[in-house]
Amino acid sequence: MSEYFAPGHGACPGCGLTIAVRNTLEALEGKVFVSNSTGCLEIISSMYNRSAWGVPYIHSLFENAGAVAAGIEAALKALGRKDEGHVVVFAGDGATADIGIGTLSGMFDRNHDVLYICLDNEAYQNTGNQQSGLTPPGANTTTTPAGKIMPGKLGRKKDMVSIAVAHGIPYVASASVAFPMDIRRKVKRAVEFEGAKYIQIHCPCVTGWGIQGKDAVPLARLAVETALYPIVEFENGELVKVRKIKDRKPVEEYLKPQRRFRHLFRHPEGKKILEMIQKIADENAKRYNLDI
Amino acid sequence: MRLVQGNEAVAEAAIKAGCRFYAGYPITPSSEIMHFMARKLPEVGGIFVQMEDEIASLAAAIGASMAGMVSMTATSGPGFSLMQENIGYTAMTEVPVVIVNVMRAGPSTGIPTAPSQGDVFQAMYGSHGDYPVIVICLADVLDSYLLTARAFHLAEKCRTPVVVLSDEIVGHMRESVTLPEIESIAIDENGKAERPEMPVIGRDPDVYYTGLASEDGRVISDLDEYDRLIKRLYRKIGGVASCKIENGDADTILFTYGSTYRAAKAVIKVADVGIFKAETLNPFPERELRKVAKKASRIIVPEMNVGKVVKEVERVVYGSCKSCEVISVATHRRIDPFTILEAVEMAGRV
Repeated sequence: MSEYFAPGHGACPGCGLTIAVRNTLEALEGKVFVSNSTGCLEIISSMYNRSAWGVPYIHSLFENAGAVAAGIEAALKALGRKDEGHVVVFAGDGATADIGIGTLSGMFDRNHDVLYICLDNEAYQNTGNQQSGLTPPGANTTTTPAGKIMPGKLGRKKDMVSIAVAHGIPYVASASVAFPMDIRRKVKRAVEFEGAKYIQIHCPCVTGWGIQGKDAVPLARLAVETALYPIVEFENGELVKVRKIKDRKPVEEYLKPQRRFRHLFRHPEGKKILEMIQKIADENAKRYNLDI
Repeated sequence: MRLVQGNEAVAEAAIKAGCRFYAGYPITPSSEIMHFMARKLPEVGGIFVQMEDEIASLAAAIGASMAGMVSMTATSGPGFSLMQENIGYTAMTEVPVVIVNVMRAGPSTGIPTAPSQGDVFQAMYGSHGDYPVIVICLADVLDSYLLTARAFHLAEKCRTPVVVLSDEIVGHMRESVTLPEIESIAIDENGKAERPEMPVIGRDPDVYYTGLASEDGRVISDLDEYDRLIKRLYRKIGGVASCKIENGDADTILFTYGSTYRAAKAVIKVADVGIFKAETLNPFPERELRKVAKKASRIIVPEMNVGKVVKEVERVVYGSCKSCEVISVATHRRIDPFTILEAVEMAGRV
C-alpha cells in the first residue's frame, strides 16, 4: 500500500484514477507538490477528515491548475528550493482539454518545470457524465444523449497529445492504467527533462462508461489493443517510442461491453458511427505505425 | 398535477417561453437544466451547445441572441463568477439573455451540494462598472416555472440580461404541481424572435455591436453623454420590481426571497406574521416595502448567508420610517420554519 496516496478514499471499486495517481507518486517516491484541478480525484480523495494524500496537496480551481503549478514552480526556483520535489498537476480530461486549456497552454509556453498529468476518463464524471473534449465519438453522455435525433457524441476526441507536442515542450506521452509499469517508467523519464511535461493516462470510469469494476483494466487494455488509445512517447518533439500491437482487434470488442456505446449496436446511424470509429483506429495505427 | 423538479421546471418554462438556444457547462447543482435542454431542445428545432467553460457559455448565448434567438445559460457559483464580465457586456450592448444561477455554498469550490444564498450581491452588482441587471428569485417549483418564463419576457422587453437566482434546495426540490400554459415570445420556425428594435445579425445590414460605451452604434467618449446612457439603461428596468405580500397588516413581517419563502409559509400558519416575498432583488421592491414598514413594528429577514439583503431592507426601511425595526436571521444552515419561528418569538419578547 502506498503511503503517498492512502486507501480509504471514496473512489468507486475499479476506478482508473487511483491506479494512475498511486503509480505516479510511487515512481517519484513522494517527492512531489501536487496541484489538482476540481474533479473526481479531488472529491474522492478529500472527503471530510479522510484525506488520502500523504504528499503536499493543493486543490486549485477547475481552470487554473496549470497556472497554480507554474506559480509554485517559479517560487520554488526563486527560493532555491527546487530540489525539494517535483511540481505535479493531476487534472481530469475536462479540466485539461476544455476549461483549463488556457492556463495549461500558458504553462507549456513558458516551459515551467512542471509534470502535468491528465487523468483521462473521457467525460465530466464528477458532475454526472457530461461530454468533454476528450469524450470519444459515439459516446452516450448526459449532454450527448443518444436518441432518435442524435447518435451520441458527434465530434472527435481532441488530440491533446499533439497539442502538447505542438507547444514544443520537452516530453509528451500517453499511457494507460492497463500498463502501470509503463506509467512509472514514463513518469521517471519525464522528470529527467527540465521544462514542461505532459502525460495523458487513460483511466476507465466504472459509472460513466457503464462497466463493472473488474472490467476496468481489461477494457483499458482493449482500448490500446484496438488502437483507439495509442500509447506514444515524444522527446523534444521526436516520436521515440510506441506500444506496438500484435493482431489488432476490431473496435467492437472494446465498445460492446460499455453501456455508453451500447446504442451504436441498435441505432439506425450506429453502423456508420462504428465504421467511423474503426477508421479512427486504423488512422492511429497508420500514423504511429502501431501494427506489428 | 405531476411531480416536477425545480431545475426541470426552469428548463421546461424556458422552452415554452420561446428559448431555442442553450449554451452551458456542467456544474452541480444546476446540471439537470443542461441535461433537460440537451434532450428537449433538438426535439423543438432548438440548438444545444456544450461549451468549454462558463465564459464561453454566456458569450455563445449572447452571440445567439444577437443573431435573433431567444437564448439562455445556467450555472452555479464558480461558473457565475466566470460569467461576470460577459454580464456587463450584454448589459452594455443591450442584448437580451437569461442567466440562471442555482446557488451553492461558496466561496471558491465551497460545498458543491449544499444550498446557499451567498451569491445575491454578486447577482445584483457582480460585473464591473454601473449597469442594470434584473435579478429574479425562485422560491419553489411553481416559481421556477412561472418566474423563469417571466425572466425571458423581461429580457426581451427591456433588452437586458436577467439573472434568475435559484438555489440547491429549489433546484433539487420535487413537488406535485400543475404547470399552467405560459405565453411564448413570438418566434418563427427557425426559432428567431422578431425584435424590430434590435439590430439582428443575418437580418439587418448595419449591425454594429461594441462593448465600448455606445448609443445607436456610436461609440461615446463624452462623459455627459455617457452619464445619460447609463441612466437610460437603469431607467429601462425601473418599473419591473415585483413582490407578493401576504397578511401585510401584521405587526411582524418576514421579508423573504428565494427558498426562505417556503419556510416562512409554514410560520404564517402558526404565528401572527405577514410575508413580504421579493420576486425581484434588482430592481428592489422599495415602494411596497416602505408601505409595509409604515404599518409594522419589525421586519425579520431570514437568509442563507452572512446577512446581505438585510442591508438593502435596512436602507429602505430606516430611510423612511423610524418606528420599524429590521432583524437579520443569517445562517449557513438551511433556513427552516423553526429558525424563523424562534426569531419571531425572541423579537416579540424584547
